[in-house]
Amino acid sequence: MIADFLAMGGYAAFVWPSYGISAIGLIAALAMTLSAYGRARARLAELEKNR
Amino acid sequence: MLFEYANPARFMKLSGQLLPWFAGAASILIGAGLYMAFACPPDYQQGDTVRIMFVHVPAAWVAMMAYAAMAGASFFSLVWRHPLADVAAKTAAPLGALFTALALVTGSLWGRPMWGTFWVWDGRLTSFLLLLFLYLGYIALWNAIEDETRAARAAAILALVGAADLVIIKFSVDWWTTLHQGESIFRLGGPTIADVFLWPLFTMGGGYTALFVSLWILRIRTEILERRARVLMLEGG
Repeated sequence: MIADFLAMGGYAAFVWPSYGISAIGLIAALAMTLSAYGRARARLAELEKNR
Repeated sequence: MLFEYANPARFMKLSGQLLPWFAGAASILIGAGLYMAFACPPDYQQGDTVRIMFVHVPAAWVAMMAYAAMAGASFFSLVWRHPLADVAAKTAAPLGALFTALALVTGSLWGRPMWGTFWVWDGRLTSFLLLLFLYLGYIALWNAIEDETRAARAAAILALVGAADLVIIKFSVDWWTTLHQGESIFRLGGPTIADVFLWPLFTMGGGYTALFVSLWILRIRTEILERRARVLMLEGG
């Protein structure tokens, strides 16, 4: 059953990379966006504290 | 009305309230969409490669939507010279480039088994590749010009000129013979795709859109915070 599902009717080599690349791209964008946001917030908080 | 929200402080307040809703919608819709994408039966012609469509088409939709948003913000920026419009346009570009790249790669991975080739230089594929170059050119232009106001103007003009490519992409399947299928969803007379495939497609489309909006809001907020930090630095903080 699981093997059948993973085989994707013989198209596993095209279906899984499509989902894999999409997941990597979107998760990387999310991680980069969140970390830049966190850094900007921390930096501004620091500057406002030292004013 | 628009001007009220174009105030950075107001934008921070409003976007802070909207963000959890978009992020929540993105998680739920993409989660449900992924389940539906693998629960539906294989297509009688495409077999299981039809599942690639559920990540390909939404990526392509958002790629074009992001460009329309970028061009709209650029227009706003050129006409009313509002800095928030510059920020909105600038931050949409890297996201648009990502979704364009995802649409191209997943399309290629579908084309190989179905058309027998990863790539063909036809109207639809070429005009979509041009979209990627427009995004990259736009980002490069921002980085190439030191003065922020001048960079914003030049980039906005490029974004508006490039908007013609959206029209070319849309009608490319009607104007030229192509391997890419014609418009099968947003057409007169309704979609020509079976409901079992339309539901996962729309669910993923909604999820991708909500994810794009969430990321876009976060990037605009980041840029506003950075600009405020720069002002504080100049004040000698």
